[in-house]
Amino acid sequence: MQDVNITIIDREGVEHKVLAPTDMNMNLMEVCKSYELPVQAVCGGMAMCATCQCYVISDHDLGERNDDEQAMLWEAENVKENSRLGCQIPITDALDGLVIELAPEAD
Amino acid sequence: MEQDMITTDILIIGAGPTGLFTVFEAGLLKLKCHLIDALAQPGGQCSELYPKKPIYDIPGFPEVLAGDLVDNLMKQIEPFQPGFTLGERAEDIEKLEDGTFIVTTSKGTKHHTKVVAIAGGLGSFEPRKPAIEGIEKYEDNGLAYMIKDPEVYRDKKVVIAGGGDSALDWSIFLADVASEVTLVHRREEFRGALDSVEKVQDLVDAKKIRLVTPAQILDVKGEEKVESVLLQHNDEAKRMEVIECDAFIPLFGLAPKLGPIANWGLEIEKNAIKVDNTLDYQTNIPGIYAIGDVNTYPGKLKLILCGFHEATLMCQSAYQRIFPDKRYVMKYTTVGGVDGFDGTRKEAEKAVVKKIGNK
Repeated sequence: MQDVNITIIDREGVEHKVLAPTDMNMNLMEVCKSYELPVQAVCGGMAMCATCQCYVISDHDLGERNDDEQAMLWEAENVKENSRLGCQIPITDALDGLVIELAPEAD
Repeated sequence: MEQDMITTDILIIGAGPTGLFTVFEAGLLKLKCHLIDALAQPGGQCSELYPKKPIYDIPGFPEVLAGDLVDNLMKQIEPFQPGFTLGERAEDIEKLEDGTFIVTTSKGTKHHTKVVAIAGGLGSFEPRKPAIEGIEKYEDNGLAYMIKDPEVYRDKKVVIAGGGDSALDWSIFLADVASEVTLVHRREEFRGALDSVEKVQDLVDAKKIRLVTPAQILDVKGEEKVESVLLQHNDEAKRMEVIECDAFIPLFGLAPKLGPIANWGLEIEKNAIKVDNTLDYQTNIPGIYAIGDVNTYPGKLKLILCGFHEATLMCQSAYQRIFPDKRYVMKYTTVGGVDGFDGTRKEAEKAVVKKIGNK
């Protein structure tokens, strides 16, 4: 079992350094939930709600947004260049050292 | 009691899979159910968010589309003749001296019930509204955020805005009903099931739908009701266009909110209602239960199959509450059959007892 280190900055600016497993078919949204960070994940990971939107702070290459993710981010609020949907980012070795920040919650 | 009040044994708030299955379990106990849902159709998230997506963890179904699961549940509960108040949100609750409740919806519909089962999932789905000043005035006057009865649009001029499944599916449906359908979206790309996207393309090619992309509706005009919308083409010229229409239907998706239920005096933890999971999923208010995704307890999992289990135990408790003096034991449907309130009966075929001998 291989874990990677990820830093998640919550909406109050607090840094959470967490360990995420690469062998459990988990994604970034699920890692946030497993550490009880305030990610609602309303749709449960279908890229349909954008409540797991985050900004990628470190310069990791996470690849292109997939179609579903891109379409959802067109509709979402507070979207920036570095916006991603946590539910569409699988945890892999390449994510070691990743730093993300949770996007504000839409009303 | 007022004459025009809906009366029932169990009032179920939320017509998702858990709420629907409650009707079946209650029906076996001869308890009548009525459901309230903010959406225009039963099925909750399964119908609204992902009807064409598969679910793999419904026991006995290796794979089932969410929409088909809802259709099956509707068929399963049909003999128990549930009532529905759709497109209305449960707003207020009042506990009467005799322990029964009156629940009033956002449109003022009153329901008198012995037991309340909140199966509200993530809460009621509130439509995302376009940011147009003074748009409220047209709500129910030509402006709608969901379609309850498509016949309202027969031979009318309709403008639909949005880029997801509901915008696509309703454009397809209304192309045959309305006299004119205009579909407006901020982008050229639509996100939906492949067959819906292709169908809309065909209808656009056949000139049965007028497609305007990329564009957005900036304003709504009309004296009392919607008479036209102001559209801006998102091209370089930012050209403006007035489209005369009878109806404007922005379908920008729905955001769930726990809503007024949060103010009913129930114990709430992390946006969910705390219940007694050691017994019957009752809340801190006797007679009000919470089942499915809307509740929380140690070890809670938000799964449809868990909602079914919770609904089943909850109905046994509701029966005890309604008939404290009656004795009852659970009966297998294979043994007891299913007696519908509509007079239908389903039962297992009897085995034959017959001699088999040599000639």
